[in-house]
This record gives sequence, structure tokens and C-alpha cells, in this order.
Amino acid sequence: MVEKLTTINVARIREDFPILKRQVNDKPLVYFDNAATSQKPNVVIDAIDRYYREYNANIHRGIHKLAEEATLAYEEAREKVTNFVNAKRAEEIIFTRNGTEAINLVAYSWGRANIGKGDKIVLTIMEHHSNIVPWQILAEEKGAKVEFVKINERGELRQDEVHELIDEKTKIVCVTHASNVLGTINPVKEIGRVAHRYGALFLIDAAQSVPHMTVDVREIDCDFAAFSGHKMLGPTGIGVLYGKSEQLQNMPPFLGGGEMIREVHTTGASWKDLPYKFEAGTPDISGTIGLGAAVDYLREIGMRNVHDYEKEITSYALEQMKQVDGVVIYGPMDVAHRVGVISFNLGDIHPHDLASILDEEGIAIRSGHHCAQPLMEFLELPATSRASFYIYNTKEEVDVFVNALEKARKIFAR
Amino acid sequence: MSSDIYKDIILDYYRNPRNFGDLPDPDVRAKDSNPLCGDIIEMQLKIRDGKVDDIRFKGKGCAISQASASMLTEAVKGKTLDELKTLGKPDVLALLGIDPGPTRIKCALLGLKVLKVAVYGHLGQAVTEEVKQLV
Repeated sequence: MVEKLTTINVARIREDFPILKRQVNDKPLVYFDNAATSQKPNVVIDAIDRYYREYNANIHRGIHKLAEEATLAYEEAREKVTNFVNAKRAEEIIFTRNGTEAINLVAYSWGRANIGKGDKIVLTIMEHHSNIVPWQILAEEKGAKVEFVKINERGELRQDEVHELIDEKTKIVCVTHASNVLGTINPVKEIGRVAHRYGALFLIDAAQSVPHMTVDVREIDCDFAAFSGHKMLGPTGIGVLYGKSEQLQNMPPFLGGGEMIREVHTTGASWKDLPYKFEAGTPDISGTIGLGAAVDYLREIGMRNVHDYEKEITSYALEQMKQVDGVVIYGPMDVAHRVGVISFNLGDIHPHDLASILDEEGIAIRSGHHCAQPLMEFLELPATSRASFYIYNTKEEVDVFVNALEKARKIFAR
Repeated sequence: MSSDIYKDIILDYYRNPRNFGDLPDPDVRAKDSNPLCGDIIEMQLKIRDGKVDDIRFKGKGCAISQASASMLTEAVKGKTLDELKTLGKPDVLALLGIDPGPTRIKCALLGLKVLKVAVYGHLGQAVTEEVKQLV
């Protein structure tokens, strides 16, 4: 992938995001909840708007101008996503509702055809519920076993457990590329190699990586990758499943209905080729077009620039946060191995109380279990607070955030 | 919502919860959690002549949930079970002295919900929809 050699002009980028002009509680919005969902630039909002105003039509079978334009825009978005993650063919990109649905597609379609009694599904303790629950449902149904690779004290996956747990019985290994709690970037290429050595398939949850760094599915050599549009500047309601075509071709359909069939008779039906076999019903056309615009926007900036800039912000935030009395940070401290997600606690202040105090200052963070209860249990934490960054965040905003942490500390020190 | 939410009295109840712990021989106990944030409250009651003779609570969670549960235990001691059944959101807000706002109101109401579940349980009555929807 060619990366532009421009550095990031944050002031200019901020101009592209209308919501960043908002005041919250009479303070300028500081949006540090990007791991939950990102904000949207004008180009994305406009692309969705233009579709509805100028060429709204259902895709693929209409013999009229609007249908042709809508189909073209929809398929162009698929091409954009294909290139963005360096998939070999556009047919390997399946549009879903979100990352969760992408993983469910694999668990229901591939899983029900390939997992049997006594088989093993290997996950990690730092997975989001979306990469745990579909596999638990499958394992329960089939009498298979789910096992979890644990983490060390630095918040990294234990390599000894990777080698120990993945074995001949393992049919699929599912690992998050970047943790939504700890920020850890996992060595997915190496884990995939271990999985493949035992003939297991390898799925990555790329929801926290694709928006923030170059992700090359061919280089990683994963069989599946799942991510969502709304965390990468796109709209909600659109997600992506990448799958190697040799896998997808052999998988039965996930949902049945219109758009996915070749022929339907009273006696049965046959399926379309990829990717349509997995896209039953009218898809989220505007969302897909919006995602395409988001991909264009990110490529324009360059994913290496995005990643480098976020490393800088994260490193600055870690340094500043460490100065605050009572702050405990979870996850790797080395920014080379983490994305811009920082989970922390401040003294004995409950994360919900902290989030309330920060909200008064116009700062949006998340608090709770972050849909990763097994990880929280493993860390013996009821909850954490989480600040997560994107390209439009600034060091000045980090300063506002750190000052608010000081304020919270003082309120609770009374 | 303003920073008044963390006024001294709430922090005081959070730091030094009144009626915290276990009753030696409770007549009824109930426990619930807020699925959104995992806050937990347990209430234990000793009932005599249809009145709350003694009460304790235990729990884990944010300052709002723990302080409001603690304040509630103080407020209901000596009250009849019928009186407890009529308690509602305004009573909890009056105890707190603030409105924590829509994102935190469920934190404040968890203790009340658990208390009411205990009361209905003791009376052998079904918990009302209204109570179920408190949190």
C-alpha cells in the first residue's frame, strides 16, 4: 500500500468534523471515546446525504439510471475496502451490519458446518464479547470446547499459552488484533502461523486496528477479519467481514432471502457467487457508500500517518496521566505495542463517578467493563475508565483531560 | 448535571456508609445489580410487627449507588412495609438532595429497587412492573 509522506495537520483535520465545534456543559467537547465509535467527517456525512438526495434506489436488479448509479457506488465502496485492507479480490469483502455480525456470520456458517464434538475453539482472555459469545453458543450447540489464552503482567498475550492451547483438536483461533481495553497490539501474524500449522483457521477481530493502522490481511494471512465502519469515521450500521475466497466459497449461506439467490423454486434454491451469497436482503446502501467515503478520507491522510500521530498522542497522554497521583494504567506502556486506548483507574474513584465529573468538563470517556467481562474478571477489576484517541484529538485536549483528572482527585480527596 | 452531584454528604456516605454489613439473622434479604455498570446492592431486613426493625446493606459500585442505598437504610428504619411500598424516585432524590441526571439515575435507584424486592418477597407478593423498571 502506498502511503503519502505528509504529516498530519490536526487543525485542518478538525475543520472536517462539524461535531468538534460543539460545546458540552459550556465547555468545548473533548471526545475521547473513539474506541466506542468515532466521529464523522463532512465527506462521510455528505456522501450519505448525496445518495439519498440524488440517486437513492435499490441496487443490483434495477434497470434504470438511479439503480445503476446506486449499484456502482455500492460496489465502488467494496473496491475501496478491498484495497484498504489489501484483500486479493473484492468478492472477499462481505458487508454486514457491524463487526459483531461479521463474526457471527463465520460462527454460524463456517462453524456449524465444521465444528464437531470435542473440537477446540481457541480465543484470548482480552476478546470483546462479540468475539466470545458467538463461539460459546456454537460450542454449546456442538459439544465443542472454548479455551482462552491469558495475558502476562504487561497486558500481552502469553506466547507459551498460544503454543500450549493450539493443537490438533483446534479448528479455529480467534484473536483481537488490538485490545479495546488494554490497547495491546497482538502479534497476529505469528499466532496465525501457529493456528495454520495445526490446520486450524485464523480469525482476527480488527475493529480496533483497521481504523488506526495499516492492516494487510494478506500479510497477516488471516482466514477472516471482522471490523465495523463506525469506528473508522464511517456511519453506524455497516460492518465488514473479510474472508479468503477459498473459505467463503465452501461455506453455506448465513441468512437466506433476496439478493443472495441464483434461482428459487418451490423445491429449493441455489446461491449466488461471492460476495452476494452472504448479503441477503437490501443492504445498508447509504452506510456502505459512507464507509467508502471514510476509507477515501483515511487513505488521503495515510494510515502510517494516522498510526504515528496516535502514537504521539498516546505517548503524551501516558506521560501526563502518570503524573496524576493515584492513576493506575492497564496495558503495555510501550506505545510501539499499543493503539490509542488507555484504560485506567484513579484512586478509589469509581469509573462511573469519574466519567460524570469529566462530563461536566465536556470530556467524553467510557467507563465500565467495555464488553470484555472475562478480561475484567481476569484482572480482578469491576470496571475501568477508558480514554481513546483518534486523528482529530490534540495534546491540548489531553491537558484538559489531565486537569479534569486532578479536579476529580481533589473532589474525592475531601 | 453539575458538580454538586458530589457534594460532601454523598461522598461522606460513600466513604463511611451507614448500616453497612450483615444482619445476624435477617428475615428477608434481596440482591440485585445494574447490568449496565455491574453495581451491586444487597439489602437485609429484620421485620417486627410489620415494620423495619433493623436493616443493613452491602454492595460495590459508584458513589451515587452506594450513598443512596446507605441513606435509604437510615430513612426506612421504623417504617411499615406498606410505607416502603409507596417509596419512589422522588424520595430517593430528596435524600440525595440532587438529581443525578438521566445517565446516572439508575445508579441512585438501585438501592430502592432491591429494598422493594425484599419487601414484596417478605410479603409473598409478586414484584410490580414499576419496581422491575426502576433499574
